[in-house]
Amino acid sequence: MTTLLTVNDLRAYYGQVQALHGVAFALDEGSVTTLLGANGAGKTTTLRAICGMVRTSGAIEFDGKPILAKPTESIVKLGIAHVPQGRGTFTTMTVEENLQLGAISRSDKAAIAEDIERMYGYFPVLRQRSQQQAGTLSGGEQQMLAVARALMLRPRLMLLDEPSFGLAPLVVQELFQILGKINREDKVTILVVEQNAQLALELAETAYVIETGRIVMTGSAAEIASDDSVRRSYLGY
Amino acid sequence: MTGTSASRSRLTFSTVSSAVTLAALIAIPLFAKNFFVFQLTMVLIYGLAVLALNILTGASGQFSLGHSAFYAVGAYTSGILIEFAGMNYLLTLPVAGLVCFVFGFLFGFPALRLSGIYLALATFALAVAMPQLLKVGAFEHWTGGVQGLVITKPDAPFGLPLSQDVWLYYVTLAIAIVIYIAAVNLLNSRSGRAMMAIRDNQIAASAMGIDVAFYKTMAFGISAGITGIAGGLGAIVVQFVAPDGYTFQLAIALFLGMVVGGVGWLPGSLAGAAFIVFVPNLAEGVSKGLSGAVFGVFLFIIIFLVPHGARQIAILLQNLFVKFRTTQGGHHA
Amino acid sequence: MELFWNQVLAGISTGAIYAGMALAVVMIFTAIDNFNFAQGEMAMFSTFIAWQLIQWGMPFWWAFVLTVALSFVAGIAIERALFKPLAKAPILTNVAGFIALFAIINSVAGLIWDFTVKPFPTPFGTAPFLGSELVSTHQAGMIGVTFAMLAFLYVFFRYTRIGLAMRAAASLPESARLVGINTSWMIALGWGMATAIGAIAGMLIAPVVFLEPNMMGGVLLYGFAAAVLGGLTSPLGAVVGGLLVGVFENMVGTYIPGAGNELKLPIALALIVVVLVFKPTGLFGRTVVQRV
Repeated sequence: MTTLLTVNDLRAYYGQVQALHGVAFALDEGSVTTLLGANGAGKTTTLRAICGMVRTSGAIEFDGKPILAKPTESIVKLGIAHVPQGRGTFTTMTVEENLQLGAISRSDKAAIAEDIERMYGYFPVLRQRSQQQAGTLSGGEQQMLAVARALMLRPRLMLLDEPSFGLAPLVVQELFQILGKINREDKVTILVVEQNAQLALELAETAYVIETGRIVMTGSAAEIASDDSVRRSYLGY
Repeated sequence: MTGTSASRSRLTFSTVSSAVTLAALIAIPLFAKNFFVFQLTMVLIYGLAVLALNILTGASGQFSLGHSAFYAVGAYTSGILIEFAGMNYLLTLPVAGLVCFVFGFLFGFPALRLSGIYLALATFALAVAMPQLLKVGAFEHWTGGVQGLVITKPDAPFGLPLSQDVWLYYVTLAIAIVIYIAAVNLLNSRSGRAMMAIRDNQIAASAMGIDVAFYKTMAFGISAGITGIAGGLGAIVVQFVAPDGYTFQLAIALFLGMVVGGVGWLPGSLAGAAFIVFVPNLAEGVSKGLSGAVFGVFLFIIIFLVPHGARQIAILLQNLFVKFRTTQGGHHA
Repeated sequence: MELFWNQVLAGISTGAIYAGMALAVVMIFTAIDNFNFAQGEMAMFSTFIAWQLIQWGMPFWWAFVLTVALSFVAGIAIERALFKPLAKAPILTNVAGFIALFAIINSVAGLIWDFTVKPFPTPFGTAPFLGSELVSTHQAGMIGVTFAMLAFLYVFFRYTRIGLAMRAAASLPESARLVGINTSWMIALGWGMATAIGAIAGMLIAPVVFLEPNMMGGVLLYGFAAAVLGGLTSPLGAVVGGLLVGVFENMVGTYIPGAGNELKLPIALALIVVVLVFKPTGLFGRTVVQRV
């Protein structure tokens, strides 16, 4: 099991405010990991730090190469796809254009066309709406589109920021099933940040709990899920 | 004593700087040459127009590149009332303000459908149209057509030993202070907050029950009204109104004044107005043939150094002031 | 009735002038989601460069191509030097920057080439086009080149990857970076293209309005209005808008009594504003559905 991503002593700042105080963790290739915590704990900041979207110090290594403070577009091209909070869909463009944009940094045209077909296979509703403006899709559909767009990169690592946000439970279940499938079949390493801890713990193998910018607990998903005191103090259920 | 020393200092910095500025504004004309007093009066007048723009763009988030039109309407209203109705010049100002308020309020209605760059275009169209409208033959009897109107400059009342320029300066200063205080109160009031809510997120504001249409049109009306008063004062001080004095170049100058002062920051209006009045002359002084280029370079330098305008400088000074006060306090402890 | 159609035709001819400029406006708007006040001046300056090259003996089409290439590079250079530093500044500050650029370019052009009016050659000749009194071969050529540019831009934005990337970078820069697009260079590229298009527009317009530093003032405004009328994101809209504005302007001048030359511009603008009030995103603009 090779380590794909290591994060060491990561500190992140929004202006004068420090949001992360020395976060450290590692992701094995092919694994599914979840980062849990309450609102404002630093989950989103961690993902943004990995992608070079906030001011950081510390060390981040992807596939053995240091990537801290590199420009976002370079980090993405190394194979990290980030599905941001709020989905970041290009609302004025069609569904298909959004998918094409996911692959814009690739040059293998034939493979890109194949991948678009594959995405329609995973998410049939996108095929139906392929020429529609992405902004007219429902929340769940936009989330599917965001995940599909990230997959178009053929990423080695996919970061998802609260993919269940604002979605109906059945839709979320379907989405997480697809994420599991993608992890197994396409060998994509996944780091998913969630407030909906229960579902995330079912999908993931490993879990980290973050509180006010620090990792306070780590363990297998099963352990964390079965530990009552952890659930009550950190996960709220 | 209540409050942290920092918050006491913050209060004191703004009161200190306001007091110093006010003292300077009151004292300078007593020593300065008449022409400089005239320029300073124009700074106050343009300051009012920039203030109006700050209320509209900064507070309610509506773009206007057309304020020269309201300025012109105010100027001509005053001019016509003085020359044809024999009205006292001071009384023409509220009339000019009211006329422009109505004009601005009415313009606010179609403006509701436009935003951002579209509103900028619409207001710019207004600015471009105004000089042409003022030249139209049908109104020539009143407007004086292309040549405009000459306006008699009033003397200081009660035989006071003040030159016309100095007297008009103090009148303008008094009016400016009153309007400034009213504007500050407006922005701190519920209405002001409603406007700012609309600026920040119109959909959310309306979902909260704020009558967006009312506040936006009111903002336009108030902004136009203040600009109209400024225009009226301008006409009296310059003694002259003519269509080509109110072209879109004035609208652009006012816009630049707002940016240089700091968008939405009322005290910056004065700094912005000073920029409008003095920097073009400065540029011409540096190079007659390239005065436009020099002006452009000055403008670039300013926006590179302080992209948020004079407000940035004020915040810097305030931080220094607070540092100074706290070290002083530390020594005493 | 014949007067009417003649006026329409004449309007289309003048409209071609505005259409070219409108294309440059749409180009820059697509790249930076903003309107560059100095674009007209940049087009004017490019045209002067072409004029100078021709004065020095260069054949017309060589001067044309070289000017377009230089303009492309200059557009990128100006963006990198003057506007990249302002990328994090507020939008209104950037607008002030455009105004400053306007003042500088206008002033420098006036100094180098003075304000006397100069004729500019046309490669299309000035004979009546197909025998028509109102349309010359130059104006026909102008319309042709404008449609060629339109076709180029249409293909560029709709069918090329770089065009798609540019649209994405302008619409949602953060998401664009997350798919690996270098948004900063997309902006520079947009500037380069807009300046090149402006240069072509300027060189087509100059034979009609004659070359002098203030030649683009009214044209830019009409060009902007045309782009807005057409829907700021649509090159086709820009051209149609330009032609319509030309026709409007002509109709106003012909049919509205008392509308002398001075009132044509404000009335045309007023008509455009009326259209906007009813269709805020312009004729061909895509209505963006905003879900809160």
